[in-house]
Amino acid sequence: MSSLAILMARKTPFDVIAENFTLLALALLSFSAIVFLIFLLGSRSSVKTQEWLKYLVFLVPALLLLLIGLIYPTFRTLIMSFMDKESETFVGFDNYIWAFTIPEINVVLVNTLIWTLTVPLISTLLGLAIAYMTDRMKRPAAIKSLIFMPMAISFVGAGVIWKFVYNYQPREGQPEIGLLSAIFKAIGLTPPNWLLEAPLNTYLLIVVMIWIQTGFAMVVLSAALKNVPDEIVEAAMLDGATAFKRFYLVSVPMIRATIVVVLTTIMIGTLKVFDIVRTMTGGNFQTNVIANEMYSQSFRQMNYGQGSALAIILFVAIIPIIVYNIRQLRLERTER
Amino acid sequence: MSTLRRRAIALGATAVAASLVLAGCASTEPAAEETAAVDEACAAYADYLGNEGTEVEIYTTIIDPEASLFIESFAEFEECTGITINWNGTQEFEAQISVRVEGGTAPDMAIFPQPGLLAKFAGNGLVPANDKTSASVDENYTADWKTYGTVDGVFYGTPLGANVKSFVWYSPKTFADNGWAIPSTWAELLALSDEIAAGGAVQPWCAGFGSGDATGWVGTDWMEDLMLRFQDAATYDAWVSGELPFNDPKVAEVLAEAGKILKNPAYVGDVASIATTTFQEGGAGIVDGTCAMHRQASFIGGILAADFGATIVSPEDTTTEGGITTFYFPGVSADNKPALGGGEFVGIFADRPEVHAVHHYLTTAAWNNKKASLGGWFSANLGLDTANVADPVNKVAVEILQNASTFRFDGSDVMPAEVGAGSFWKEMTAWVAENKSDKAVLDAIYATWPY
Amino acid sequence: MTSLVNKTSVKAKAKNIFSSPIAAFAAWVIAILWTIPTFGLLVTSIRPEKDINTSGWWTFFANPNISFENYTQVLFEGSTTNPPLFQFFFNSLAVTIPAVVFPITLAVFAAYALAWFNFKGRDFIFFSIFALQVVPIQLALIPLLQLFAKGVEIGGVTVIPDFDITGTYIPIWIAHTIFGLPLAIFLLHNFLAQIPRELIEAARVDGAGWFTLFSKIVLPLSVPAIASFAIFQFLWVWNDLLVGLTFGGGKKEVAPMTIRLAEMVGTRGSGWELLTAGAFVSMVVPLIVFFALQRYFVRGLLAGSVKG
Repeated sequence: MSSLAILMARKTPFDVIAENFTLLALALLSFSAIVFLIFLLGSRSSVKTQEWLKYLVFLVPALLLLLIGLIYPTFRTLIMSFMDKESETFVGFDNYIWAFTIPEINVVLVNTLIWTLTVPLISTLLGLAIAYMTDRMKRPAAIKSLIFMPMAISFVGAGVIWKFVYNYQPREGQPEIGLLSAIFKAIGLTPPNWLLEAPLNTYLLIVVMIWIQTGFAMVVLSAALKNVPDEIVEAAMLDGATAFKRFYLVSVPMIRATIVVVLTTIMIGTLKVFDIVRTMTGGNFQTNVIANEMYSQSFRQMNYGQGSALAIILFVAIIPIIVYNIRQLRLERTER
Repeated sequence: MSTLRRRAIALGATAVAASLVLAGCASTEPAAEETAAVDEACAAYADYLGNEGTEVEIYTTIIDPEASLFIESFAEFEECTGITINWNGTQEFEAQISVRVEGGTAPDMAIFPQPGLLAKFAGNGLVPANDKTSASVDENYTADWKTYGTVDGVFYGTPLGANVKSFVWYSPKTFADNGWAIPSTWAELLALSDEIAAGGAVQPWCAGFGSGDATGWVGTDWMEDLMLRFQDAATYDAWVSGELPFNDPKVAEVLAEAGKILKNPAYVGDVASIATTTFQEGGAGIVDGTCAMHRQASFIGGILAADFGATIVSPEDTTTEGGITTFYFPGVSADNKPALGGGEFVGIFADRPEVHAVHHYLTTAAWNNKKASLGGWFSANLGLDTANVADPVNKVAVEILQNASTFRFDGSDVMPAEVGAGSFWKEMTAWVAENKSDKAVLDAIYATWPY
Repeated sequence: MTSLVNKTSVKAKAKNIFSSPIAAFAAWVIAILWTIPTFGLLVTSIRPEKDINTSGWWTFFANPNISFENYTQVLFEGSTTNPPLFQFFFNSLAVTIPAVVFPITLAVFAAYALAWFNFKGRDFIFFSIFALQVVPIQLALIPLLQLFAKGVEIGGVTVIPDFDITGTYIPIWIAHTIFGLPLAIFLLHNFLAQIPRELIEAARVDGAGWFTLFSKIVLPLSVPAIASFAIFQFLWVWNDLLVGLTFGGGKKEVAPMTIRLAEMVGTRGSGWELLTAGAFVSMVVPLIVFFALQRYFVRGLLAGSVKG
């Protein structure tokens, strides 16, 4: 075989694309076919059969996947958190002691706390404010789309975008390519090394997350606001309340449930996100958060014991939020 | 569609031309002679026959543009043996290799940038090199290189490319214009730095530690180079193996010397921003003349040439604008010249004959010479003919590798991963970024050593 | 007594007073500031490489030097080791579409079951699924990977055989399905539970089985909710890096665009010109999806978590 033939035997992009699309079509077709068939059989079967078949078809697939994919790994992680780095010997609480006594851990925990408190709060407040401002506009679509746009950008993309904002040029006389630095210089101030200075850098990274999450908050809260019956708000107006008071005292309480959902969804997302920290500072310069450290321990250091311990700590931190949410949901149900 | 097909054909044609030239054939020769000539060239690959139609995946951090040179160097091998080599280069290698191995999808062959990382997989999926490969390494490399690929007496990792780190890059034109002399001792180096600083126009040193997930490795190179100079080789070995505690006074002494340059604003400008300057940008200053010296390994030359418009010249060339070259990073005295270097090691995870074939092929002088002649690369292979190495800096590097009295491998690459690819990097970063004290840095690294 | 005319004029007056120009202006200012960073990316992607490294993107307006070189290079040029970006574009499509269809299908089924089947432990299961949202993906990577690569054996008995699917899309699809289920089930359940009970009862009385009930009544009603969740899942999968990286077996043939993009960021200090163009290419599709399905979004989420 000549090397030309070898190179031609290597797939060109078009071969790959064609192959992939064939697989895609096959997958979608077979999936639809299976579902269709099951439904056909299901609707034809007797009432008695349906009583147990319905569970098998509707509930079991999802539960099975969740069991294998999420529940089993969670228990596995719990067990690994009590074992050594190769997961061979039992070490008791050593990993947890490690987690709470390494000097850096203070930074990591404090940072995680700062992220968890500021991101949901500010995103939700901003989202609410923008929802309020656009609620009465005739054509809010453009504004809403612009605010939501960051959600469509991957974290890697966001990292690139904000690099051009936060870039710092240490060499004198060299032009700035970071927007913030340029602005500072233009007004006569010396820009700091943005991503280097703690705790400024943590807040700057948080800005990126807020930039992404506010769109989500805005869209959900906007939809909820629209659902508030006009009559109630008008009644308040006729009572003489100002626009802002109407909003604050009437509309907001009516969408309380939605606000809680938005806050907690963003909070959970914030606790899990590590991409932003990882791509922009690598966790250096006092910006590290639990999710990043957990990834680092498990996958770069290959210390599964310590990585798992951090993961469990993360869980335990989120449990109160989940419990609160479940309580809220339960309340709602009884009211329904 | 036709553009890509044309490109593929063009690339194919280049590869064919290259291999035919190497095989000594002309493409217009009649079929019989061509077959004969090809047979002749393929005779060298007789040992690897019997594996036609098989594939070997190589998983590595090496991506373009270096990767295409590797692929070109395999063309003749693939043609003659029928083995297809699939190059899978990704910068996520270090994070993903453990996931792949643990998850059961290990690659056939992996190129490890650090022996310490390779050692982690010994007994965890790594297949030992076979006897033929082992013998080839014995023949073609100094004993040191083999030990780096050996874990607990079993030999796994064959050496691939190499680099030499004990270099200071500078621009001969800048030096000539300012009448500066090349220092040959550490004291002279510091004196030169003072002289340049006093001049005011040029910054004596520039440095950059930034490297994504690996930020800080440049600092570890400084430490290792200085360790070899201020302490002896035995101390260096003890330090790397952990016998010498990381916060020992001897180590502290070395860190203090590093600080004389790296933490001196008169020499490096803004100390903290060393941490946020990428290692590629770190050297840019010597190209445009804003700084005088940049301590870095041999591979930075190619990067500065490709991305910052530099030209690699020999030290006599004092006229080329943007011309850069190296002088030896001085030791304590003029005759004390230890060499620090690094390299990659190839480990295999599959025990198939074609994988062993490729593993062996990469250790032969034939392949090493073929690869070096494509440019911008060299290795520690004793059969490597320096005539094949065009780059003046790389030529010097090869000579150092083949003749060094004291040669040591990059320490952080050999240390346990928690330190060498973890705390050592992070603490050196914090050392400049947050002005952490020497003692705090060394204590922190010591605390993470997995005794 | 409010006549129709009165009511309309009150409403009109209300709208008039409410559409405060100040609020609208403030909203516009925020929206513009919000978009400046992204705009910077767009501008950078059409500048020549040299300009990008030597001056800020805002100087573009003083010296407009447009070049589409970045886009052509990133999209169409490649090498034997790194296929051009447009191949990855199709990979992303091939990964994302099933990774949206599969979880939504299973989630609608499960949400239906949890909303309308009556069985013991139903609430417990529902709240557990809700709680599973918390699990970070990293935990599941290795166990799932081992499962796909080797199957599962318990005590020497093969529970799940080795299907030899590594390096194909299938592990990625399954992984995305698993990770998308908790939130999907939660959101869809909230919606489905609000279908009027009378409707369901009436259909059951008419003799509809559970399957017919689903396909004829429940499914058509849940289209807005499904569409709105589909957008979220699409965005999430399209922009995902970790799952594609881990479950793709490291093979370039199945790697989505985010992986190629992350390569470009990597440890190289330069190459920003390609990166910006690449980032923009990867943003286009999610944006189109969002704009196209916007109205479902609002309606769908509306019913998702609001009282009354």
